[in-house]
Amino acid sequence: MTEAKEKPPVDSCSLALIGSGGAGVMTAGQILLDAAAEAGYFGLMTRSTGPQVRGGEAAAVLRLGVTPVGCQDDRIDLLVALDWGKAEHFSDELVLDADTVVIADSAEGEPPVWVTDSGARHYAVRLSELAGEHSGLRANIIAVGIVGSLVGLDFECMKNTIKRRLIGKGNLLADVIQTGLQASISAAESLQCAYKLAPPQPQPRWLLTGNEAVGMGALRGGVRFCAAYPITPSTEIQEWLARRLPEVGGCLVQAEDELASINMCIGASFGGGPAMTATSGPGLSLMVEALGLAVATETPLVVVDVMRGGPSTGIPTKSEQADLAIAVYGAHGDAPRLVLAPNGIGDCVTTTQWAVFLAEALQCPAVVLSDQFLGQSRAAITPPKDREWRAERRIAPADISDFQRFRDSSDGISIMGIPGTPGSEYTATGLSHKPSARPSAISADHRLQLDKQLRKLEQFDYGDDWADIEGDGSLGLLTWGSTTQAAREAVARVRADGSAVRLVSLRLIAPLDRVRLARALEGIDRLLVVEQSHGAQFFRYLRAGCELPSHTRSLAEPGPLLLRPGRIAATLRVLEMEQVK
Amino acid sequence: MSGEHQVKPRALAHKDYKSSYKPVWCAGCGDYGVLNALTKSLAALEIPTEQVALISGIGCSSRLPAYTRAYGFHGVHGRALPVAAGLAISRPELTVIAVGGDGDGFSIGGNHFIHACRRNANFSYLVMDNAVYGMTKGQASPTTESDWTGSKLAPQGTHQPPFQPLEMALAAGAPFIARAFSNASNELAQIISEAIEFPGFAFVQILSPCVTFRPEQLNWKKQVHEAFSPTADKREAYLKLLDDDGIGTGILYRAPRPCFQPDTAAARSLAAIAADFEVPA
Repeated sequence: MTEAKEKPPVDSCSLALIGSGGAGVMTAGQILLDAAAEAGYFGLMTRSTGPQVRGGEAAAVLRLGVTPVGCQDDRIDLLVALDWGKAEHFSDELVLDADTVVIADSAEGEPPVWVTDSGARHYAVRLSELAGEHSGLRANIIAVGIVGSLVGLDFECMKNTIKRRLIGKGNLLADVIQTGLQASISAAESLQCAYKLAPPQPQPRWLLTGNEAVGMGALRGGVRFCAAYPITPSTEIQEWLARRLPEVGGCLVQAEDELASINMCIGASFGGGPAMTATSGPGLSLMVEALGLAVATETPLVVVDVMRGGPSTGIPTKSEQADLAIAVYGAHGDAPRLVLAPNGIGDCVTTTQWAVFLAEALQCPAVVLSDQFLGQSRAAITPPKDREWRAERRIAPADISDFQRFRDSSDGISIMGIPGTPGSEYTATGLSHKPSARPSAISADHRLQLDKQLRKLEQFDYGDDWADIEGDGSLGLLTWGSTTQAAREAVARVRADGSAVRLVSLRLIAPLDRVRLARALEGIDRLLVVEQSHGAQFFRYLRAGCELPSHTRSLAEPGPLLLRPGRIAATLRVLEMEQVK
Repeated sequence: MSGEHQVKPRALAHKDYKSSYKPVWCAGCGDYGVLNALTKSLAALEIPTEQVALISGIGCSSRLPAYTRAYGFHGVHGRALPVAAGLAISRPELTVIAVGGDGDGFSIGGNHFIHACRRNANFSYLVMDNAVYGMTKGQASPTTESDWTGSKLAPQGTHQPPFQPLEMALAAGAPFIARAFSNASNELAQIISEAIEFPGFAFVQILSPCVTFRPEQLNWKKQVHEAFSPTADKREAYLKLLDDDGIGTGILYRAPRPCFQPDTAAARSLAAIAADFEVPA
């Protein structure tokens, strides 16, 4: 019908729905993601909101694709505004250009300047009027129909998803959904644009957020006790576990603060059960004293930190990777611990499961660094495999003779006495102690325990999961955590230009596996270290802990504007051109 | 796990509950009396050492767990109650007893005290109250009189009224509230036994003199008097506290209410839980 409709199908498409809080953009975004997943696509939906609990501004940013989608694209193909309320708050986050199509409710008047200045094509559509013609429907569902139709989502998938989400709310009837969707599809057909996705390849898919994925990983690893204090953006981990832990014979306790939550977990773990707490930066700041206690008493413990903008209260609703330093070093004294980072939503399951396994095996705390982007984004992914990692501790049998709780061993791991077991009674203490656990201020005793606490972590064989290493070549990119997704896409773009690029994404942040890292970086003469922190915490951590190629550059940006593939690819291309001395 | 272990009846004397460690306490410290009374209670109740877990924070009295042969956890300052709660909730068959001092419990750990009273998890809390920070050599604690000028940190006194542990516990919902005196060994052992056997959070304030920094507390042995007999009537308990001189002993309040119970649910397999994430075909 038009030249736009004759465009070839695309492999992925970026969409944004914006509106005032309460307009239903998150619901609409989730319906689109769910419908796309049901149709067989991969997809990702990130949430961006202001600090308000109700009201304020909200954006659901989606990317749908025929192959796995790990990050948002550099720009938006299709923007739908239910209203222009505080849309200017998203002018930094949503990059529009002349190829962007903007659809806005005709009742809302002209778009704001940042939209018109981008050169995007604007269509005024009667969103709220159309909704009004279908009793009980709201403009957000009309938007779902229009967007779904433009990207070519199956009608039945959209209808089923809307039904599942909305039937039972108010007086909404199935036939209203049917006629409302049909009306929105007609409205879409009158628009001179199309972003038809290539046909999907239906495979089993999971739909979940990173926060839910952390919960699932915790259960798989064997966590049966959680104590937690609500904090954005980690609360959904706690809420998810509160319902599921009792189903596997465990429980969640809502604590009075983060000091209590981590200490409750330490108490439960002292009692023999794998325990975990989930928090965000301010909570982790409160927990560091107890982290040191878990190190000194060799108590297994998992602490998940869903990072948000910092310091202080920072930006609770948006992402950053700036808690690396506190996760690695937070606590007085020398307090070595495990720090692990999932690098995707599916990997939140895997890395959390691994963290539980490692904390239990090594009798120490493990900090898992997720972030708001991973935690609160929802994605359609390939189901992550259940790994072989199950919590297993070295514990004393009944009536053991000559029990010494902190006796050194070849691997630095001691036998733990569990309350209820006769013969291994002891008092764990945060005081420096002898192998027997008896408090001691003698230098040799102190040194022995410090050596042991470090050695057990450094000697352990972490296997191939310590990092993801992809590709070869003398140009390298080293990153960690959620930034890996944008980095992977950037690397793919540079490779498409004909350059060989190696990507290394650390899953095991601490202890830093110097030997494996050196091997992974062998042959790289130009290296880009990429992270989402203003202070280049990851770069500095690596510089302090291992050898890096002499031509190493840092790309470190604070949140909440996430590093996009285009920015990373451009930096890589510049690095590739630089002369290596 | 270890809950399946069969408890063998073993007759233990109270000294069998003590470890070989020599306490760091000064000669004459009231905490010796508490250690004695506690081990007497455990012997009288015939609780095997491995079934007991003593949980503490930081301070002179918080050293007590290591002086027993039970399981113990000597954690960080002010956090004994959450550690005890985590253990008691996840291992309900154990006898969990939190111990500590007035600074640990009412100052740095004050918020946990309020919420432990509310939560009513099944463990006891013995606070050895000497109205002074002993380990840091004699500063005013929350229970110190406002006009005490004996410390270098508050040389003109604290300018604050003392914290009222029993009133606070009653207001916050503790179902078992008592006060005892460290020197009155048999009475103290009796109250500790009742606290241990009480189903729920049982709080005992134990007047335990600091001979080094509050030598005047040696007079407590002449002044302490029986003041309370157990009531389940909150109004009556409040009225008694209005006449309290701070050194009256006995069980003030005993009104069992349901212990903290974590949520329960029908069992599901991990595979079934994971299936919730599957996209409908």
